[in-house]
Amino acid sequence: MSGIRFSFDPNWPATLSAPFMTNAFLAGLAIAVAAGVMGYFTIARRSTFAAHALAHIGLPGATGAALLGLPVSAGLGVFALGGALIIGALGKRASQREIATGTVLAFATGLGLFFARLSSSASQQLQSILFGSILTISTGQLIGFAVFDVILLAVLAVIYRPLLFSSLDEQVAQAKGVPIGAMNIAFMAIMAGVVTIAVPAVGTLLIFALVITPAATANIIAGSPFRAMLTSSVLCLVAIWGGLVLSAMFPAPPSFIIVTLSTLFWAVAKGVAALRAR
Amino acid sequence: MQHQHTPDARAAEPCIAFRNASVKRGDRVIWRNGTFDIPAGSVTAIVGTNGTGKTTMMKAELGLVPLSEGTVRVLGRPAGEMNRRIGYVPQSYTSDVDSNLTAEQSVLLGLTGTRFGIHPTTRAERDKAREAMAFVGIADRARSRLSELSGGMRQRVAIAQALVADPLLLMLDEPLANLDLASQRATVQVLAKLNRELGMSIQVVAHDLNMLLPILTGAVYLLDGHPHYAALDEVLDSDLLTHLYGTSVRVVTTPQGDMFVTPGPDGDVPGQDTHTPTEISGFHRHQGGAR
Repeated sequence: MSGIRFSFDPNWPATLSAPFMTNAFLAGLAIAVAAGVMGYFTIARRSTFAAHALAHIGLPGATGAALLGLPVSAGLGVFALGGALIIGALGKRASQREIATGTVLAFATGLGLFFARLSSSASQQLQSILFGSILTISTGQLIGFAVFDVILLAVLAVIYRPLLFSSLDEQVAQAKGVPIGAMNIAFMAIMAGVVTIAVPAVGTLLIFALVITPAATANIIAGSPFRAMLTSSVLCLVAIWGGLVLSAMFPAPPSFIIVTLSTLFWAVAKGVAALRAR
Repeated sequence: MQHQHTPDARAAEPCIAFRNASVKRGDRVIWRNGTFDIPAGSVTAIVGTNGTGKTTMMKAELGLVPLSEGTVRVLGRPAGEMNRRIGYVPQSYTSDVDSNLTAEQSVLLGLTGTRFGIHPTTRAERDKAREAMAFVGIADRARSRLSELSGGMRQRVAIAQALVADPLLLMLDEPLANLDLASQRATVQVLAKLNRELGMSIQVVAHDLNMLLPILTGAVYLLDGHPHYAALDEVLDSDLLTHLYGTSVRVVTTPQGDMFVTPGPDGDVPGQDTHTPTEISGFHRHQGGAR
């Protein structure tokens, strides 16, 4: 029993004021905005599994980039976007095909492992790609996140209603003249961006709990799409910031605490809703 | 809901006009040689056994499925061009909803869902949505989430969403399937009211005619790969229905004057079901000519 010690670290305020922590808090904010907003649409379009798969499709891109000495985020983003465009072009129904998506997901993960094993530097980065490393986010990455958030909000403001309409009932939206093919590709492309900025926080394996789970919790609590997106962003932010603070106090990785908090919120909301329904 | 078309304009132009229309999926012909007019202000059922292309016909009328031959004009324009004035309720409303949208927000999308850009909902739009919901009898459910509503209620939300843009034609794909008897009756009453009070043309894909019989004015029947239109008295012919459903069917008129379509005494009655192909084609001509 000597190896494991969950001791409280009394120097945690000092840890929190370190510069890398400031970057981590700001990154958390940027990620929470993007994930909160897009999580709602992902659930409404029943494309949660496809969104989850994007992160895994990005994995070989990330380890491949590490292998070639390129920025990991760039490789991840390119692969996720490529996967997103293919899934998007196949249509919304395709993104609901679980077996095809699951198979591609498993293959991509395997490929990611293969690339990682080809060099020792890529191998070292594999764990942080799989499980996240929010404490190592650079200022350059942070600027990229902020730019992405601005673009995301601007694009969504323009396509909000048609995207919502096509999420609710694609056939009716199509009959009324909504370009559902373009909506689908736009959704998946934006999702690839969200995945790219969220992976540094919790990694490809845990991303579901950061992008989808807060939105699912918000759907239980909030009564309109707009309020759900807001609630989801706030929940996401509390999970990330809470994860950072708690990981400074206790010796646990931030990813673990972020995912735990997110899951806890969801479980409590589910439980309360179930009690109310009785 | 307003009525924006005059009776004269309606009389001048049929609601839907098929001219030698055919649809193929891949190499397989779904149906062909469709030539008929459906009058405006009518309530029409599209009937036929499974897989004869009923839903495909509705999608062709919406311009969502291309014709391989011929033309379909709807509300005086080629199919697809007047979709703004068509309310469409596909069968998919029954599927579970993962969205937390309320009934009112869903209905509003029928009015604003195609608009790009930033548009706050106006009071006029909200009033319109309320009006549509009141018409189908769900005004008290405006704030309920779709996920909390029953299948019948969700269908009425879908109908209100179709109504909110003041359609001249309402199309419903299997609106009575998956509903309990009371909800079926309520839906038929809503359709009757739309037709009677607003003069709306209504088209319904259905495989059970009984519930709709009191309000139908005619039917498109898909038989042997050809669509035909006939007024109701011609459709309600036991021989035709027997062919249509591929099983023995009788039309029963009760002493009160109500009509029912029921299965015949046996599954297959040789006397009614032994027409040769030539006889069947003669039968079609008869139906077409009688119009």
